[in-house]
Amino acid sequence: MTLPLFTPGEDPGPNFAGLLRRISPSISPSSGASSAGGGSVTVRHGTTVAALRYADGVVMAGDRRATEGNTIAHRAMEKVFPADRHSAVAIAGAAGPAVEMVKLFQTQLEHYEKVEGLALSLEGKANQLGQMVREHLPMAFQGLVVVPLFAGYDLARGQGRIFTYDVTGGHYEEAEHAATGSGGRDARTTIKLGWHDALSRDEAIELVVQALYNAADEDAATGGPDVVRGIYPVVATVSSEGYERVPEPEVAERFGVLVERGLGGGG
Amino acid sequence: MTMPYYVAPEQVMKDRAEYAQKGIARGRALVATLFGDGVLIVAENPSRSLHKVSEIYDRIAFAGAGKYNEFDQLRVAGVRHADTKGFAFSREDVDARSLANLYAQYLGNVFTHEMKPLEVEILVAELGADGRPDQLYHIAYEGTITDEDRFAVLGGDAETITERFTTSYRDGWALDEALRASVAALGGPDRTLSASDLEVAVLARGNGRRAFRRITTDELAERLGAATDQ
Repeated sequence: MTLPLFTPGEDPGPNFAGLLRRISPSISPSSGASSAGGGSVTVRHGTTVAALRYADGVVMAGDRRATEGNTIAHRAMEKVFPADRHSAVAIAGAAGPAVEMVKLFQTQLEHYEKVEGLALSLEGKANQLGQMVREHLPMAFQGLVVVPLFAGYDLARGQGRIFTYDVTGGHYEEAEHAATGSGGRDARTTIKLGWHDALSRDEAIELVVQALYNAADEDAATGGPDVVRGIYPVVATVSSEGYERVPEPEVAERFGVLVERGLGGGG
Repeated sequence: MTMPYYVAPEQVMKDRAEYAQKGIARGRALVATLFGDGVLIVAENPSRSLHKVSEIYDRIAFAGAGKYNEFDQLRVAGVRHADTKGFAFSREDVDARSLANLYAQYLGNVFTHEMKPLEVEILVAELGADGRPDQLYHIAYEGTITDEDRFAVLGGDAETITERFTTSYRDGWALDEALRASVAALGGPDRTLSASDLEVAVLARGNGRRAFRRITTDELAERLGAATDQ
């Protein structure tokens, strides 16, 4: 390895993906996109993730199941990640490229912050992720669709914000809540019924956990709470204090409360 | 056809070294020292936005003395190297020693082969983990690399500052004490540096994954104020 120095005309600036393409194309994620075959492969898929705004920021959550065709490939997959101190990203879709995209996104945000000496604005971060999804489009045509969900605390505005994406990299801001993945519809319905503008942290966690439970109830690819193995959804909050993962015992406790209250109904 | 004059290689090297040293001597100095909880870097720098001390990676910091544009280019190259390595392998595989060696190689190369040597002196600091000690790598303009396990002084007037600092240095001292000693050593007997003349950052255990933290002017004023009251 040599020191990556560039002449002023060739400098990639604070763009990490551009830097990777320049100095080490073989590990650059976009290098996998080829025109090879239209045949479909069965790969691991991550499923339901949801986010909603509450009084102090946003709550984001994802179930733990990964499927491969009609089998369960992984029972404890993580789909919610910190993007940087004040934002989080959750993924649905082909697990391999999705996790790699998250890694690239995390590195990009930190890289920008270090090179420029200043963090990107929340809008700028959302935009960056959109560009990554768009670059992934050729692979999406081969069946490897990745759809992230991005949420963070906007320090300039003093509130939580949520962005959803489509495969072309288009991103759309959601005012209240969002959910994506195979169980996204069911999760959304639950959130819609319980959401209001001034949810407290505890209420928001309870609502999102309930939404995932209902999604798992209806969707075979979404995993519910696994009491036997002690596996519960990943729940994280992002507020002015930054990204914080809700400890698993607390999530388990929320489930306990919901069960006591007669969760789901009709079961 | 005119023949170039013969100049002895010793003379060429001496001239280059002198040139680089002069450039560095014009710049203000900085002190980096270990303290109980990590590494403290104090630089004399009145600018709030043109940093001399910066973050490279989770446990690695960079500091430069001399010509700003030259060491800043090296800083960015370091960030790029570290981020690429961390992305290709894993975050734990990024270490200061290999980065310091790359810097040394590059500076040495420029010194012998280019028209003009770089007028910089740089420091790569690493917070130890898994039983490895904290480490300071001091790299001079011609690529000489030294590893210091107590403190390092870079920039103009480094020798006098080192003399002043050696007398006050203690192993495992507290942050405020180390800070006070660094500021006193940088200022010397005739000057008192205030918080707004300084740029201060730490690599500290307990800061989480990214150990680098800048100490803001307000916090610095408070810490220095508290120190003088004692």
